[in-house]
Amino acid sequence: MKIVLNGEPREVQASALSDLLAECGFSGRVATAVNEEFVPSSRRIGCELKDGDRVEILSPMQGG
Amino acid sequence: MKTFYGTTLPNPLMLGTAQYPSPAILEQAFRSSGAGVATVSLRREGAGGAGQTFWTMIRDLGVHILPNTAGCHTVKEAVTTAQMAREVFDTKWIKLELIGHTDSLQPDVFQLVEAARILTEDGFQVFPYTTEDLIVGERLLEAGCEVLMPWGAPIGSGRGLNNEYALRAMRAEFPDVPLVIDAGIGLPSHAAHAMELGFDAVLLNTAVARAGDPIEMAQAMAMAVQAGQLARQADPIEPRDMAEASTPVVGKAFLS
Repeated sequence: MKIVLNGEPREVQASALSDLLAECGFSGRVATAVNEEFVPSSRRIGCELKDGDRVEILSPMQGG
Repeated sequence: MKTFYGTTLPNPLMLGTAQYPSPAILEQAFRSSGAGVATVSLRREGAGGAGQTFWTMIRDLGVHILPNTAGCHTVKEAVTTAQMAREVFDTKWIKLELIGHTDSLQPDVFQLVEAARILTEDGFQVFPYTTEDLIVGERLLEAGCEVLMPWGAPIGSGRGLNNEYALRAMRAEFPDVPLVIDAGIGLPSHAAHAMELGFDAVLLNTAVARAGDPIEMAQAMAMAVQAGQLARQADPIEPRDMAEASTPVVGKAFLS
């Protein structure tokens, strides 16, 4: 399945958002959004991805 | 002393965490200033996990964390960013930025009020980055904000307080609301000025992070806000046009 992960096109095996995080090596404190909608961590397991989905994985960063 | 959604701060300095020469200097800037609030943001995580290292460092500072919605231009974008920040940073606090103008980074106050209402209803404690406009301030309070953060000058400009008249008016209009000067500070004298006007805190980043010695500048800013706060409490004299001799005239010798 082809998705867009943090702005980059990517071919992935995972079908749920929680599996995608594991597949792509994300751990620790991250927040997720699919197609511009926030997906809380508690709902990642049930969040099925489909072809063309836009996934954002964000983490803490410096800010003013 | 006013509180920020029930939280009393150790001192009136809020410090940004961006643009420092190194994480070690950032850490020491916080320690040398005693700043009680750190602003942070959310960005795309790379595979290297840079965000996790940063998170550990910020958490260990033991300060209050104020995530921002920097760079957001729409209500939807800001609200989603705030929701993501709440989960990652585990705080209800959000520094709400809705940017309306590319060059000045002036807030889009119309969208700001709308986003503030949505976030407040969702349980957030909103710190809105706003202008000095009194009506906008009123609307933000009606939307549920309990803190207002007017700009001193455009973000990163270091110009100090561009509109002292309006900021004075804002202080007078909202005597019981915690007010923070956010953005535009370049020098400790600017920060002291804000506190002398009766503001409750100053939020700055570039002035410290981009100084030749951020650690010393952070310390200077901390001293400045404390001096300004103390001066405000001490009830300063009013300026006057003419001189008034401070040395007594009575008892002066006749020598001419």
